[in-house]
Amino acid sequence: MSQTPYERVKTARDSQRPTGLDYIRNVFEEFLELHGDRRFGDDPAVVGGIAVLKGNPVTVIAIEKGHTARERALRNFGSPNPEGYRKALRLMKQAEKFGRPVVCFVDTSGACCGIGAEERGQGQAIAENLLELSTLCVPIISILIGEGGSGGALALALADRVWMLRNAVYSVISPEGCASILWKDAKKAEEAAQHLKLTAEDAKGFGVIEGILSERDLGKKNFYDRLGNILTRELGALSRDPDLVGKRYERFRRMGVEWMER
Amino acid sequence: MALINFLKPKNELEEGGRSMAPVQQDDGEPQQKCPNCHKEIPLSLLLGRDLVCPCGYHFRMRARQRIGRITDKESFRELFSRMRPGNPLAFPGYEEKLEVMRGASREEESVICGTACIEGQECCLFVMEAHFMMGSMGSAAGEKITSLFEYAVEHRLPVIGYTVSGGARMQEGLLSLMQMAKTSAAVKRHSDAGLLYLAVLTDPTTGGVTASFAMEADLILAEPGAVIGFAGARVIEQTTKKALPKGFQTAEFVLEHGFVDCIVERKDQREVLGKLLKLHEGGWNNESDAL
Repeated sequence: MSQTPYERVKTARDSQRPTGLDYIRNVFEEFLELHGDRRFGDDPAVVGGIAVLKGNPVTVIAIEKGHTARERALRNFGSPNPEGYRKALRLMKQAEKFGRPVVCFVDTSGACCGIGAEERGQGQAIAENLLELSTLCVPIISILIGEGGSGGALALALADRVWMLRNAVYSVISPEGCASILWKDAKKAEEAAQHLKLTAEDAKGFGVIEGILSERDLGKKNFYDRLGNILTRELGALSRDPDLVGKRYERFRRMGVEWMER
Repeated sequence: MALINFLKPKNELEEGGRSMAPVQQDDGEPQQKCPNCHKEIPLSLLLGRDLVCPCGYHFRMRARQRIGRITDKESFRELFSRMRPGNPLAFPGYEEKLEVMRGASREEESVICGTACIEGQECCLFVMEAHFMMGSMGSAAGEKITSLFEYAVEHRLPVIGYTVSGGARMQEGLLSLMQMAKTSAAVKRHSDAGLLYLAVLTDPTTGGVTASFAMEADLILAEPGAVIGFAGARVIEQTTKKALPKGFQTAEFVLEHGFVDCIVERKDQREVLGKLLKLHEGGWNNESDAL
């Protein structure tokens, strides 16, 4: 049963899919949420804090979309403001200080698009995360669990390992946005999704992600246990790597080179 | 001129198209209508003023023209000019579009990189080209900029970058998005090496370029009236259904909100860049405290 790319997009957006908080509550033994960016405010679209995985402390950051209409409104539909990215960076720098690895769960249609977001430097906030994450001295694993919408997703996915759920999508622009630019018709999103190559298999083919996570038993105990085991194993291996930051640089350094002329 | 003079007061410019579309007048002199003062300006006058209207409005400028204006005579040496984009997604119409863009802009990509001297000081320079797919960043543009920062680390040189971009290049999908991470990592290495990176944001600097190397410089200058932002104004208006504040996303607005260091008019840029390069040559000279 193979879905078309646009069906994948719809699956990735399904409000019944597990959200960031579901992962936090089920993969880890404990979680203490920490709030605020210490600059302006606390963004409910980004949840962050310290969790325990098989007895080890981990800093966990998740973009949270919410399930119900009310939750979704509260979480700004998972579109972070600059404060969300700054909170994430603050917690990741803290993780670095105390030698904790970082795990990010990414699920956003994109960074918040609004007047206040621009006034408070949405572009600068994302840019600073990219800059700082590129040399963060602790392991970072990012998992795209639903939508990976452009720079707003990448700001939490400059990592040593990036994994996608089988039905997650990762794209530079939404299929609707692409269709309205190309054909001035957002209804051609289905066709745009086809061309954008936004599925997990595509991302793996381009060398943008390392692994695709099976959705067998999605949202059930088995599923979370399996993910917890994979995370534990991989974080352990990364923690022992003396050239973590150098390899992270090379990971991104080669992206796109294969397909251009030089 | 003292540096303080470049910190100009707010200049409320109207938004509008900036492309040059001269109109032939009855007397045969081509004219260009200024979207700010609405006057018809003779093209010859504009060309003599670096495409700045007497009212202060800055029209868009070609990358090579800028390089000629800000660098010392014959000092520019281009690097990585053979890097060209491919079509990794087999995106329909992309190759044809690239061909048209190459013909129209006489460039191979949306950014030109090299080394040059500015007021006698050596630096690495990248200048983005609005006439090539609105300066969008694909894999080749990202590779060129990354390679330039690496070259600058190797040769211990400062980097000056002129940005103009609509953002990441849609036709290269996820790989364009990854250029934001790749260029940022290169900027960080350059920064950690203790070297200066100075960005000049010109109209328009938006999307993935704003959210990466445009906002990562030690010093961020902007051209008057340039649109600088992350999301497009039209998209924000449609999403929020709210009227945008006056002067939203202009260089002046971004300065007021604390995201650029200063606004520098085109005619002053060479001098300011020269001065700033000079000021970053070394730290405090211990001999200057001798009484």
